[in-house]
Amino acid sequence: MLVSEKNALTIEIEDLTKSFGDQRESLLPILQEIQLKHGHISDFAQQEIARLLDIHPVEVYGVVTFYSFLSTEPKGRLIVRLCQTITCDLAGKEAIANTLEKELQIKFGETTPDKKFTLEYCNCIGMCDQGPAMLINEQVFTKLTPSKVIEILKKFN
Amino acid sequence: MEKTQHTHRAPVSHQPLVVEKGNLGEIGSLVEVEINGIPYKVPIGTTILEACRQNNIHIPTLCYHEDLCLAGVCRICVVEVEGMKVLPTSCTFPITNRIKVRTTSEKVRKARRHILDLLLSEHYGECYSCHRNGNCELQTLAKEYGVDFYRFGHITERRHKVDKSSYSVIRDMDKCILCKRCVRTCIDLQEVGALEATQRGDMTTISTFLDKPLADVICINCGQCINRCPTAALKANDPSDEIWAAIDDPEMHVVIQTAPSPRSGIGEEFGCEPGTSMTYKLNTALRMIGFDAVLDTNFSADLTIMEEGTELLLRLKKLLVEGDSSVKLPQFTSCSPGWIKYIEHFYPDFLDYLSSCKSPQQMFGAVIKTFYAQERNIDPNKIVTVALMPCSAKKFECNRPEMTDSGFKDVDYGLTTREMAQMIREAGLHLPELQNSAFDEPFGDTGSGLIFGATGGVMESALRTAYALVTGRPVPFENLQILPCRGFEGVREASVLLENVLPDWSFLEGVNLKFMIAHGTANAKKVMDALARGELKDIHFVEIMACPGGCIGGGGQPIPTSPEIRQKRAELIYNEAADLEINESFRNPSIKYIYEKFLTEGPCRHLSHKLLHTHYVKRGKYID
Repeated sequence: MLVSEKNALTIEIEDLTKSFGDQRESLLPILQEIQLKHGHISDFAQQEIARLLDIHPVEVYGVVTFYSFLSTEPKGRLIVRLCQTITCDLAGKEAIANTLEKELQIKFGETTPDKKFTLEYCNCIGMCDQGPAMLINEQVFTKLTPSKVIEILKKFN
Repeated sequence: MEKTQHTHRAPVSHQPLVVEKGNLGEIGSLVEVEINGIPYKVPIGTTILEACRQNNIHIPTLCYHEDLCLAGVCRICVVEVEGMKVLPTSCTFPITNRIKVRTTSEKVRKARRHILDLLLSEHYGECYSCHRNGNCELQTLAKEYGVDFYRFGHITERRHKVDKSSYSVIRDMDKCILCKRCVRTCIDLQEVGALEATQRGDMTTISTFLDKPLADVICINCGQCINRCPTAALKANDPSDEIWAAIDDPEMHVVIQTAPSPRSGIGEEFGCEPGTSMTYKLNTALRMIGFDAVLDTNFSADLTIMEEGTELLLRLKKLLVEGDSSVKLPQFTSCSPGWIKYIEHFYPDFLDYLSSCKSPQQMFGAVIKTFYAQERNIDPNKIVTVALMPCSAKKFECNRPEMTDSGFKDVDYGLTTREMAQMIREAGLHLPELQNSAFDEPFGDTGSGLIFGATGGVMESALRTAYALVTGRPVPFENLQILPCRGFEGVREASVLLENVLPDWSFLEGVNLKFMIAHGTANAKKVMDALARGELKDIHFVEIMACPGGCIGGGGQPIPTSPEIRQKRAELIYNEAADLEINESFRNPSIKYIYEKFLTEGPCRHLSHKLLHTHYVKRGKYID
């Protein structure tokens, strides 16, 4: 990471502590903002957040690893999260999974070389009555079929 | 007795319930509770666990520890409370009204057994090859609950790599039961924050920042986590194989120095009550094991006092006589390697405040490979120095690259009390039955170095010598016991007035020597923050020990540890010290001898600077 990038990140986090507060309880909103803007929370960002909230970096790391929507590694701009919970599974998740892998040419847990898509499983997103369901960033797609998936991916391309 | 420390970091639900006058209710401060059909009266806010322990009712615990804030995560302490559907954890259940508790019902017994079976299903390994065999809280519980098969299976494959990166602490997460005692120790008790629970669900592990090896993150090596681990997930880096090899090699002259604290604790490893003296029996055991010389670290503790005391007086002289305002005061002690690494990481801009003296262990190492080798006419190349310490940070310290001023590695191995006890057992000896024997000359057992083991001891020794050097009179306290230095309060402050000083020290006439004592790095943090705010301008000398209670509560001491055990060890050290004839470092004949024969220029001069003083590294907090 370049020094200028680090400085910019520090200023960004300082601004966030100003708007959310510099107490322990401000940790999650700050992490969400950084995740939203940068797509991940870098090692340096975690340490800076810890410094500004006067907690230990390992505590920040513990929180980041706890939540699956926060990540320590950079990911694609669009994160495709397919629900892997039992109702979506019974509704035909496997076919959707195969279509996604085939169309994006990556496996689950991987990112496309152009850094556009990341493919992941997630747990229940509350769409059990409309499964199989998936999320692309914050948009929900339900009652998926392989052909519907191809249509959706086309729209994003 | 030392108070349990809680920081603001603990969530409110984890902080101890404070009963204030307002919420006492009508029946006064006591509330009636029925446990197994028998009524007891306890203060409102007492947890069920505390109430049971006070009345000798046994409740098993794993995540509960007297030194730490409550967690309630292991669930082994569940009890039945009448009217409640679920079984609450007794450690986190404050009694606020009349309740009826059952600790022995079928429901409780079966729940505990199932919890235990679940813990065992994920606990890797077997007991024979485990270093905590015989002293493992999980093993004890398995026996207590008659575990004779693995109800939920048992993992047979390793899931984690053993982290052996650190010189001091080895982590084997396959043995971890996720009680989070280490996390609470590291964050709340020590304010270091090396460990935390990461991931979630069945993926949860205790890990370092970015899951890096322990050697690459900020860890002060204090080993307090080891002392509180109920299983063998954490252990010290054990050099006993190398030491056996050196002992078994007839060409090598193996010298061991023993610090005061291991002597006060090692008896516990052999079933003795805490506070049983083993000093002279230990000497016999060490000789029987095959060490060629057994030396007393008290000697180098006295040497530290001479050097550190002189350094303080020189700093004061610079300030008061030469008017040099760049002098860094207060001077901080540098005996505790955990504290040194703490300040290097967290307060790197304040390193100049530290005394430049090495710790007694390293001073002795340098003396053994120079003066001792010369006196005994032994090639220093053939000397192996072992240091028996209550400390895991000493292992890191002796491997610091700068600790080679004798031309060799000053101290080859740091050995903890627990590892020493293991070596003694391995040699087929039962320590409490052995005869007494003395230390080897020329560094006999005199002086005030003994009390270094307890928090405040370094300060007390330093004051005795400094006061006597400056005024020509002993310190104005009964039997030289400077009681304000003693005790277990986290941060203590006191002062001694210097009056009618000797002509050489006239600039100190009327100076009120003010000092502070802190133990546990959470308390060190308070002191350092005060220093950073500029609040310690009138303080002259600060003693800091990384471990709660000082060295007697060190990370290498026998397991378990508790405020009560530490108190007993400290009492033993003070009682033994009171029996010694000489209680001032500068009167120690060995000290006089070494300044006459070897360090002829005196304290803080050229040769002692080369051998006995060191420098520190600005480490900082950031990890790349």
